[in-house]
Amino acid sequence: MHKPVLVIACGALAREITDLKRSYGWSHLRLRCLDAKLHNRPEEIPERVREAIRESRADYEHIFIAYADCGTGGALDGVLEQEGVERLPGAHCYQLFAGSRRFSLLSSAEPGTFYLTDFLARHFERLVIEPLGLAEHPELRDAYFGNYRRLVYLSQTLDAELVRAARQAADRLALAFEHVHCGYGELESGLAERLSRWDDDQEDLRLLA
Amino acid sequence: MTDEELNSAATGEDEEDIVLADLPDDELVEQMHDDLYDGLKEEVVEGTEILLARGWSAEKVLNKALVEGMRIVGVDFRDGILFVPEVLLAANSMKGGMELLRPLLAETGVKPIGKMVIGTVKGDIHDIGKNLVSMMMEGAGFEVVDIGINNDVDAYFAALEEHKPDILGMSALLTTTMPYMKVVIDELVKQGIRDDYLVLVGGAPLTKSSARPSAPTVTAGTRLRPRKWPPGC
Repeated sequence: MHKPVLVIACGALAREITDLKRSYGWSHLRLRCLDAKLHNRPEEIPERVREAIRESRADYEHIFIAYADCGTGGALDGVLEQEGVERLPGAHCYQLFAGSRRFSLLSSAEPGTFYLTDFLARHFERLVIEPLGLAEHPELRDAYFGNYRRLVYLSQTLDAELVRAARQAADRLALAFEHVHCGYGELESGLAERLSRWDDDQEDLRLLA
Repeated sequence: MTDEELNSAATGEDEEDIVLADLPDDELVEQMHDDLYDGLKEEVVEGTEILLARGWSAEKVLNKALVEGMRIVGVDFRDGILFVPEVLLAANSMKGGMELLRPLLAETGVKPIGKMVIGTVKGDIHDIGKNLVSMMMEGAGFEVVDIGINNDVDAYFAALEEHKPDILGMSALLTTTMPYMKVVIDELVKQGIRDDYLVLVGGAPLTKSSARPSAPTVTAGTRLRPRKWPPGC
């Protein structure tokens, strides 16, 4: 019997982590998501994560953070070091899904790349067009995207609807379109490695007992 | 009320048009602040033309109407009342006025109070913040040399050599590109010219503590927030 483990995650990863939980049979994984809108104010992410850790500490022996640095400029790592909790690797979702090496190749090949994930492709209008005021003021397109050359859709699933949505997003922003299928990348390997290590620890303790 | 009157009351379309040329100077300047706040470029340009035609100096129009209007925008942006789209529209309006004033300011022969070279660092193509800083520095009387985006050490040093500025400005939006600022500053130190410049660094990921590779370095600007930031950034 696995002891329950808690993953405190960005709300933007909820669907992906739930999918992984289902496919790996991680029935002992409990998921607590913080509002994806925290990306409005990434400086608040570290303290919100700290609060969530402290609120859950008594109920879970193991807690893992499904955030990358996410624009906190290292502040999240400072909090996690104090709390003795680890997080996923990378600077942001794009690097997480693409993997560090592939993301580095993509961004150095064309710094003017705008990235979409499944989550952003699904909510492009609500999370990109509306917040940037592009629906009412399409003339702002150049101010935001004038230096961009292409849109790369880093897909997690192979979903023709989402590919179509991502392509439409590229057209809307007047950018060249590329599709790179990544799957769950370092989200999957990071979670799997962590859960497996805790399972092994638990097994070792059981054998010793 | 007739249907037409009801419709216009509901849409506000029947509001009396303001004729800028009919306003006295103080009211016109206030109206220009409002127009700038609302991102009405044509009206800001028209107001600028009217004040110049009334004998205002270009410097006075710049400071009283444009820079002051943009200051108000900046305060409301800082306080979370305005967001990036509104600031961009306001900046675009100010730019319209500045285009009229720039040649006039040059004609007056007033020496700039300083010179700044500014650019976004290597690997980063974001320039909204940099462009706003450039505009406001120009409004404040500096000569600004904008070297654009994706600048490596060689590009910064070539610009310093060519333009001999007082200030070096570096901008980065990404946490992954921000460290390149230190690469440039370390090179300045290595070549023994760090103290020849005030280094101005700015961009979303910067904090005061991250901006102290070696004094004197100034952190500029505030995180530019859209109305809601796309998650995943």
